[in-house]
Parts: sequence; structure tokens; C-alpha cells
Amino acid sequence: MKRPTRRNFELLLLVMAWGLGVLGTVQVGWATGEGLHPRLWITAAVVGVLALIAHLIVRWRVPYADPLLLPLATLLTILGLVMIYRLDVAAAQRAERVGAVPPTPDVYNQLTWYAVGVTLFVLVLLALRDHRILQRYTYTAGMVGIILLILPLAPVIGTTVNGATLWVRVGGLTFQPAELAKILLTIFFAGYLVVTRDSLALVRTRVLGIEFPRPRDLGPILVAWLVSLAVLVFERDLGTSLLFFGLFVSMLYIATQRRSWFVLAGALFAIGAVFAYLAFGHVRVRVQVWLDPFAYADTGGFQIVQSLYGLANGGLLGTGLGGGYPSLVPFANTDFVVAALGEELGLTGLIAILLLYAVLVERGLRTAVAVRDPFGQLLAAGLSITLAIQVFVIVGGVTRLIPLTGLTTPFLSYGGSSLVANWIIIALLLVISHRARRPLEGQTDDASMPTQVVSR
Amino acid sequence: MTRSIRRLSVVLTLLLLALLVNVTIIQVYQSDDYRARADNQRVLLEEYGRERGPILVGADPIARSRETAGTLRYLRVYPEGEKYASVTGFYSIVYGATGLERTENDVLSGSSDLFFVDRLQQLIAGRQPRGGAVTTTIDARAQNAAWRGLQGTSGAVLAIEPSTGRILAQVQAPSFDPNILSSHDPASIRDYYESLLDDSAQPLINRPIVALNPPGSTFKLVTAAAALSSGRFSPDSVLPGPAEYDLPLSTRTLRNWTGEECGPDEQVTLIEALAQSCNTAFAWLGNELGADALREQSEAFGFDTAFTTPLRASTSRFPDSPDAPQTALSAIGQFDVRATAMQMAMVTAGIGNNGIVMEPYLVQEIRGPDLAILRTSTPKEFERAMTPEAAADLVEMMVAVVDRGTAGALRGITTPDGQAVSVGAKTGTAQTGRDGAPVAWIVALAPATNPQIAVAVAVEDGGDNEVSGNAIAGPIARAVIEAALR
Repeated sequence: MKRPTRRNFELLLLVMAWGLGVLGTVQVGWATGEGLHPRLWITAAVVGVLALIAHLIVRWRVPYADPLLLPLATLLTILGLVMIYRLDVAAAQRAERVGAVPPTPDVYNQLTWYAVGVTLFVLVLLALRDHRILQRYTYTAGMVGIILLILPLAPVIGTTVNGATLWVRVGGLTFQPAELAKILLTIFFAGYLVVTRDSLALVRTRVLGIEFPRPRDLGPILVAWLVSLAVLVFERDLGTSLLFFGLFVSMLYIATQRRSWFVLAGALFAIGAVFAYLAFGHVRVRVQVWLDPFAYADTGGFQIVQSLYGLANGGLLGTGLGGGYPSLVPFANTDFVVAALGEELGLTGLIAILLLYAVLVERGLRTAVAVRDPFGQLLAAGLSITLAIQVFVIVGGVTRLIPLTGLTTPFLSYGGSSLVANWIIIALLLVISHRARRPLEGQTDDASMPTQVVSR
Repeated sequence: MTRSIRRLSVVLTLLLLALLVNVTIIQVYQSDDYRARADNQRVLLEEYGRERGPILVGADPIARSRETAGTLRYLRVYPEGEKYASVTGFYSIVYGATGLERTENDVLSGSSDLFFVDRLQQLIAGRQPRGGAVTTTIDARAQNAAWRGLQGTSGAVLAIEPSTGRILAQVQAPSFDPNILSSHDPASIRDYYESLLDDSAQPLINRPIVALNPPGSTFKLVTAAAALSSGRFSPDSVLPGPAEYDLPLSTRTLRNWTGEECGPDEQVTLIEALAQSCNTAFAWLGNELGADALREQSEAFGFDTAFTTPLRASTSRFPDSPDAPQTALSAIGQFDVRATAMQMAMVTAGIGNNGIVMEPYLVQEIRGPDLAILRTSTPKEFERAMTPEAAADLVEMMVAVVDRGTAGALRGITTPDGQAVSVGAKTGTAQTGRDGAPVAWIVALAPATNPQIAVAVAVEDGGDNEVSGNAIAGPIARAVIEAALR
């Protein structure tokens, strides 16, 4: 019996995601009084072709992969494009009112980055038949990852924007190397932990009923902690710092199954947090603004207050796309895209979006559970966890659950590095998923080989 | 590792739950608190971000929205602000809205249930609502004449079409400029508003419908109506008309404004008593009819009823239980009788409309955002105050007031093609108006047969002599009538 690949289901979901995007765009045009955008159908065609290419390459290269991963990523990307278009309209209308030169729309840039993302997605699927190959490059990935992480500090090309040194400028292009670094470091962590997990899991001491690792095995976590602190100190990027430390600790826990790592990590995090609070003004401001944003409504709290007002304005059902004032929130199309979506799509829409992420992460973790090699397990879990942590940190920040830290919202935020990196993550998850789900006896990589009957 | 991944996924689920609970709290439970915060621009932007419908006189806007380059997208402008302030009110980011801007806000802002189709589109498409238009009953010419006539005074003009109750003119003086109060600059709004509050002439009071003054001798119309309605009196009935009337139960006397008797042998007919505004005859008549009859008649004309046009008018009053001398004073519109200009216009209009008082109204039509007429006001009868016969007698008496009595200012009015128009009127002077200042009154009806306009003019601080009603208020009424008949 042939095992179902579920590719047609995937195609159906992709068509629905595309249709939602077209409806959203039409809605924006109607509600803002702009009418149908003259380039709507060209844009929609480009998006459709990109989604179709991604689908066909999946059908060809990883036919047994999870059918939800690609549609979820595509839908989130399309939602992001619609919101960025909507904010472009707001900016253009504002410029028209004050008689200024209309700003260049962002949506075409984002569309280009989506195309680049899909290209890299295709390249990964073409080049990487088996994720286990990546294990060979464990230390290379670690090296390159660290270099990318500190690249913004390099003279000439490093760039500081809004106080955070996160960007690298080469020629006219800027990108955030940390986005790529997070993938490379996940590969490194996975490869490294597969080898060392047995010794790291060894127990020596037992304190208060919790088993603690041997002191000499503390090296790796201390290094990860110091690197995270370095990112915080030198690049002033709280979000990335948090992401790396959280990712490493989670993977360490998965690899060793020792809860004591969490206790240790918690202690280290507390020390780091107190140190950062005492040592850095910008961290202190973030915390104070978090505790009482309205006291700083005109200064540091402006963004978060505007974000809360936007969300409140949306209420249960939202103002409808094009009906709200999402452009009142600074950085509405990057850090605060969730506030913009929450205003116009309401609580209903925001919950739906959070559930899209939840399903995406869940499918990633399911892949991790299903794949048979430990490296694949760690890699899939790690990649899923980066998505989860990133969503939690930025959405929690924007909604004032936790202090605000600058991180992009995967797939939704305007910005090339983040979009491209997240599409690479989806490609990697698909490769692993394909291996996890394809028929058991298929020892060869050739999926088109005659189907064998497997009794289960 | 499967087990630790599963455990970790439980942690991630908890984080997700925290996010979901948090956004639910913000968007549902705290939503109203956030919206109500003073520094939340969204509520204002929403209100000012959509084009508010115009308020129209005929086809011309007296209030409309103009697009601006500011953050608040639409600015409310009033092309003839002061002249129409009594009608439009203002639309302020600091002090809210008044006048039709307040009462017709649903229509103007586009949130009225009348705009069902448009609202359905909004709901489905999330479109911004568009405002509808409100057409007033105001006659631009009459309004113009009233506004010009009141310049330099404190007073009010209110004119009604007797057969329908349409308000043709509603002017207050002094007035204010709603353009300044409706601007987008809170500081200048506050400054201006404070200066209006400090102004002793009280320009923020909507005098035609809110200011209550003793109606003075114009109230004799109500007393005369009660007399005719009683069946005991006709215009030719002879009444005692001495120079002084001894107020019953007191040592005080009431004098005629001329200081002389109203007719030979201290006798005067009812029609002459009205024409000459004979206080002693009407004081006597008041006690003869009794306070209850006077109150009943006044209530049939609209006293003791709160009218909304849809602007809320003050309730005009006849005193509750006056004794005999108080009844005598009330019969000539003094003591505790209080009336708005609108109320006295209604009395006049009711007499002219064969005794039927129509409810006054200011809004003629509601138009949707697409300018389709969604609602047209239909005239509503308030009450029959007099029989047609009694009303015809009283009109005849009012014509005598103009032709040979105290309202000489209205003599000789002609139509544009030169035809004489017979006009009925009554003058009055209340010795103590608001703040103790005398008020000069005139009410008039034109043409006397099949009248098109009933107008009431009240000018505060307008002299203290019966002549002043004619001299000060008369020319204003004349100008309004001439404008309306053109």
C-alpha cells in the first residue's frame, strides 16, 4: 500500500492562503478608499507562482514531508505582505494630505525578499538530500555562526540602527546576520550536543533533591551564557541575546533530559538580568517602561502605549483591514506588526495568527519526535524552538506581557534577513520531516522508487 | 529525547496560553479603559477621520467638513458661523458638541440606523462610515434679516411657518463663532470659550429657545384667546378700562402705560383694549376668567410642555396657583409668567393657523451619504388651542394692533409687487426680564389671512416703555416678515 504523501492537501491549503491574501488586499483597497490596486493581479500572480514553485519542489524532493509546514509559512508571509501593503497605503495617504512626496512602498521590497526566501528554500531542498550531512559541518557552522553574530561590530560594514548594532551594510544592502546565525548555531548546538550529551547527562552531585552536572561539564553552558551577554553588551540587542540563551538551554535539556540544566540556566539568567539592569541604562528603561508604560507615554513608553491603544481599538472583531489606525504605532510593519494586525483583525484574528504559529511549532516538534536520528531530532526541535521563542518574545513584548525587546515576528515582519532565514528553517524542517515520514524500508533516497508493501 | 521534547512542548503551550490570555485581557476587558484615555488619539481620529455630513439651509451648507493636512483629517467649518450658531451649535474636541451638531450626530457622523445599507457595507467590508446631510427648515432670507436686525443688541428672533410648525428663523444675539470652537487647536478653543463664559452678555445662551423672559403684553394674546374661547366675550365686548386698576386683596394699583383711561367713561371694547394694550382692562379680564382658564389656555398654546425641535427648548411657564392680584398681573404677562421667544411665536402661529398649534421643528430632511432622502419631517399638530371662529376674531384684533394700535412699525408692509399685506401683531414690554433688565417684545403674523410667517422678537435691555416693543423689536419683525414674503 502506498503511503499517502498529502501533497494535494498541501496544494489546497496553499490555494486558500493565496485566496485569503487576494481578499485581504481587495479589502484594504476598498476600506481605505483607494480602490483596487492597479498591480493587484500581477502581485497576486507573483505570490501564486512563488507558492506554486515551493509546492512543486516539495512534491519533487520531499514528497512525504509534513503537509502543513509550507502552507502555514506561506499564509503568514502573505498576511505580512497584506499588512505591509496596508501600511504603505496609510503612509501614502498621509503624505498626500500634507503634500509630501509619497514614500516608496515597502511591499515590493518584501515581495522581493519573499522571492529570495523561496529561492533559498528551493536551493536547500535541491542541495540537501539528507539533513544528517549537516552534522559533518557542526564546527564550521558554529564558527560561521559566531562570526555572523559579531559581524555587526566589525568596522565599516557594521551599522547601528535605533541603538542596536544588529545590521551589516554591504553596498546598498543591509542585513541582520543574527538571523542566519540562529540557523547555523542551531546546527552547531545539535551536532555538538549529539556527541557530548552522554557526558553532559552524567550526574555527580545532588543538591536539594536535584541532580546537578559535574562542574567540568559546565563549560558549554557558561560559554553560551557569556556569548549571549556579549551580544547584549556590545550589540545592545536584548532580543537576540535572549533567543540564543533560551535556544541553547532548551536544546541542552532535550539532549540530556536533565531538568537541572534549567535550574542552572535560570540562575545564570537571573544573574545576567540583574547585571544588565544595573549596568545598562537601556535595559533599565525597558523594564521601567514595561512596569508603567503610561508614565513614559511621551518618551520610551510611546510605542508600547500606542500598541496597546491599537489593540484596544481592535477589540473582539477588529476594525477590519484598512479601518484602523495601525500607522500610529511606530515601526508598525516590523516590530509592531502584531499590534497592527490585532487592531484591524481584532482579538479573533490575533488568536488565529498565534494559533498558526502554534501549529507551525507543533508540526516542527512532531517532526523532531518522529525522526529517528538524534541529530535530526535535536535540529528539528531546535529550529521549532527558535520560532517559538521568537514569537513569544516579540508578541509578549508588544502586548506588554514581558519587557519589550526588539525581535522580528517570523514571516510577518517587514525585513529581508528574517524572512529569508525563516524560509530556510522551513526548508530544513521539510527535509527532516520527509525522512521522518517516508516509508520505513526506503533506505535509498530515491522517493520515486517502486513502493514497497510495509506491514505495520 | 522524545520525552523531553514532549515536556518542553508543555512549557511552550503554557507560554502560548499566557499570550492568548494577555491579548484577551487587553482587547476585551481593558479595551474601554484604553479607549477612554485622554491621550488616545484613535477615538478622536476616528471621529475626525471621516467626512461628517453637512448641515444645510436650502442647498447651502451652514456647517460642513473640510479636509485638512493635519492629523485630524477633517475640520468643521461654518461659512456664516455667528448667524447660524443658534442652529448648528459647535463641534469641539474640547467641549463636545452642541446644537444640531449634537442632536443629529448619528446622521452627520454616519452611524444612524437610517443608513442601513451603508452600515451593512461597513460591517462586511470594514468601511469607514460616511456622514449624512441634515437639511434645516430655516429660510435663509428670514434668518438674514433677523441676524441683521439683532446686531448690537442682546436678544432673540424665532419665526415659524404657522401651518406646519417649520422654524424659518432662529437667531441669537450676541452670538459666537463656532469656527473657533470647532478648530483643532485646544489652546485657542479654551481661550475663546473662557472669554465667552466671562462675557456678561452670555453669548453661549441659545436665547430664542432657552432664554425665559416675562412675555409682558404679548401674553395678552393668551388672555384674549381665553376670553374669546370662554364664549362670554367677543371683540366688541365692553370692558372696564380705568387709568388705574386696584389689585384685589391689596393696596397696590396697576396703571396703564399711558397713565390714562383706555376709553371714554373708563370703558373700552376688547378689540380696542388689545390694540392700545390696555393693562387695566386685561387685568380685570384675567380675574374675570380666573387663573385656571388662563393656565389652560396657555398650556393649549404650549406652555408647560418641553419641546425638542430637536434642540431642547426651555419650558415656558404660567404660575401654579396665583392669588387674585397675581392673576391680574399674570394676565398681562408679568408676575411669574415666563416664555421663550419660540413659545410666543407658537402662540402667534397657533392663532394664525385657525387655532391649531403645530409642533415646531428645525430639521426638514435627513439625507443619506449618497444624498438620497431618507426621512422627511411631517408637520405634527400639537393641540387645538382655539376654535377657528375665535382664532379669526383674534387675528382681526391683532390686525387692529398694527393698523391703529401700538404696533405701528408694521404698518404699510407690501409684497414685492406692491400689494398691501395686512399684518397682525402684538407688542409688549416686560419690566423685569432676566437680570432685571426690561425686555422689548413684538409678535407678528403675516399675511393676516392664510399667514406664512409668525415671528417673535425679544430684545433685552430694550427700554421700559410699551412703545419700546414697537420701536426696538418692531423694525426687526418687519424686516423678517418682508424677507420671508419676498
